[in-house]
Amino acid sequence: MADKNTPMREALRMALMEEMERDERVFVMGQEVGAWDGTHKVTRGFLEKFGARRVRDTPISEMAIGGAAVGAAMAGLRPVAEIMTINFAFLAFDALINHAAKVHYMFNGQFKCPMVMRVASGWGNQATATHSHTPEMIFAHFPGMYVAAPSNARDAKGMLKAAIRDDNPVLFSESIALYPKPAVVPDDPDFLLPIGKSDLKREGQHVTLVAWARGVEWALQAADTLAKEGVQCEVIDLRWLRPLDTALVFESFKKTNRCVVIEEALPHFGVGAEIAAQIQDNLFDYMDAPIKRVNAMDVPLPYAAELEMLALPNAQKVVDAVREVL
Amino acid sequence: MAAALPEKATLLEWYRQMVLIRRFEERSKELFHQKKIGGVYLHLYNGQEGTGVGALAALRPQDHVITAYRDHGIAIARGVDPNRIMAEMYGKSTGVSGGKGGSMHLASREHNFWGGYAIVGGHLPLAAGIALKAKYNGDDEVVLCFIGDGATNNGYFHEALNLSAVWDLPVVWLIENNLYGMGTALEDASGQTKLIKRAIAYDMKAFDPMDGQDVFEVHETVKKAVDYARKKGPVLLESMTYRFEGHGMSDKMYAARVDEMSRFKARDPITLLHDKLCELYPDIGPTLDTIDKQCEAVVTESEKYAENSPAPTFEDLTRHIYV
Repeated sequence: MADKNTPMREALRMALMEEMERDERVFVMGQEVGAWDGTHKVTRGFLEKFGARRVRDTPISEMAIGGAAVGAAMAGLRPVAEIMTINFAFLAFDALINHAAKVHYMFNGQFKCPMVMRVASGWGNQATATHSHTPEMIFAHFPGMYVAAPSNARDAKGMLKAAIRDDNPVLFSESIALYPKPAVVPDDPDFLLPIGKSDLKREGQHVTLVAWARGVEWALQAADTLAKEGVQCEVIDLRWLRPLDTALVFESFKKTNRCVVIEEALPHFGVGAEIAAQIQDNLFDYMDAPIKRVNAMDVPLPYAAELEMLALPNAQKVVDAVREVL
Repeated sequence: MAAALPEKATLLEWYRQMVLIRRFEERSKELFHQKKIGGVYLHLYNGQEGTGVGALAALRPQDHVITAYRDHGIAIARGVDPNRIMAEMYGKSTGVSGGKGGSMHLASREHNFWGGYAIVGGHLPLAAGIALKAKYNGDDEVVLCFIGDGATNNGYFHEALNLSAVWDLPVVWLIENNLYGMGTALEDASGQTKLIKRAIAYDMKAFDPMDGQDVFEVHETVKKAVDYARKKGPVLLESMTYRFEGHGMSDKMYAARVDEMSRFKARDPITLLHDKLCELYPDIGPTLDTIDKQCEAVVTESEKYAENSPAPTFEDLTRHIYV
């Protein structure tokens, strides 16, 4: 086998399978992870390969999925719990925030919580208001949690493997829109990407575009368009919302003195707000323009396809924002 | 009781634990009012000692214990050092949780005491997860999970019990029914007030409700339940008991329940055990008096230990956020 073009869902599947082969303590649990092959087919064939002990279908009980993963992790296993979509992870929020993120601290290091909660995230395909959230930053609000949000298949593999091997709880967000999108994915079973390390996707000297998950695609598309006009965008993929790595962002901003943050999520109290706050706090003297945010519109997502498209960010909205700061 | 009584040394140990818990809680209450112990709650175990002590005596060291925020008595009965419990309540670095957990978050990994948890019902799926570890690894271990009656009405109870039934997990779910969830009476909170009947919903093994004031009955029942859980799967138990000090320090309602309180105080679990011991061993009085004094000394010592322990430092503030 050699590195090859692989869709993100397959890259995630490789990562999970390799880690389960590597470490007996790793197991998957969640709704439809077994006989159904996973709602998003990330665990396709796992039940057959690993058996029902390590591939555990659960009832529709998000509170119990979250809490049982915490308990199993504290006791020495390494659960990878799948919540079908991040919208349903709100039901597991208490287990994640009050327990996964706190047991290590609150009991003074007596317990660890090496669990991963995989969630599918994002807008689009007329999934409607309750099924279209991208609320990763809410989970990233809390110390004790890590939050991963890969933008492509290669990163997804290296980040998921690192998350599973880490001793801290990780919310691992997988953008539904990115599942079918391919990238060249290493087949090295020890291909790991470090936790909390952002990635320089494209160099440029005029403006810094900061994005994560699906936002990276829009940023890169906008950079292509603007390059034709002689505007060179530097594009940075945060990859992780916690730990939030601002090193590359700051380095880039010192050069460009301008920044646009692109995310699929809603604007209020978002990643864009955090990046803007950190830049003004640390690099005030370098600022030549207001920091702009490109987000989804501040509305619950409606069903009608036309309205949905209006509400979502896209590359053109990024281009427009860049023009405002130049 | 049909079963043979445990030997004298065991009974004296139960007596010691129950008296120690009572003295510890009485002193904790005073220290709370003196503001030596912080927080706004302090949930005391007075009155429920028969349940905690009787139940924990049915476990082996490799078994696991987890409970809610009314956790001081459980920690003591599990053998955690009272000095370190008191130090935790003082918020000192020598506390079981380094002064970062407080009264509601005692834990001791070495005792397989997984902690007190303060989100009502939140620890139930954790118990299921710990039991899953045992089952997954083929370890011969059981999890004993204490549940307040108030926790039986939130989603965690349903989801965790159901999951344990689906997966045949080795958990003993023990409801400590002290008749109130904070200030709300059971009949105002539960459609089904016979909480043991909840087991029917999960086709789960259950035993008849226990007299929680009778440490013998609790011990005997929990022992049977632990055996069952070890071999077959989850069990639901209900212990009928009472809080002598109300929900916590902010509870202004409990003192008004005079008749109910006097009914339960007439069946104080410590008095019942004391009387039983005197009946079994007519000349045991001086021994019990000695134990009473020893327990007082242990509590006094724990207070001194806490007083003299250092506060956590600035470094502790940011330690253990991540591994």
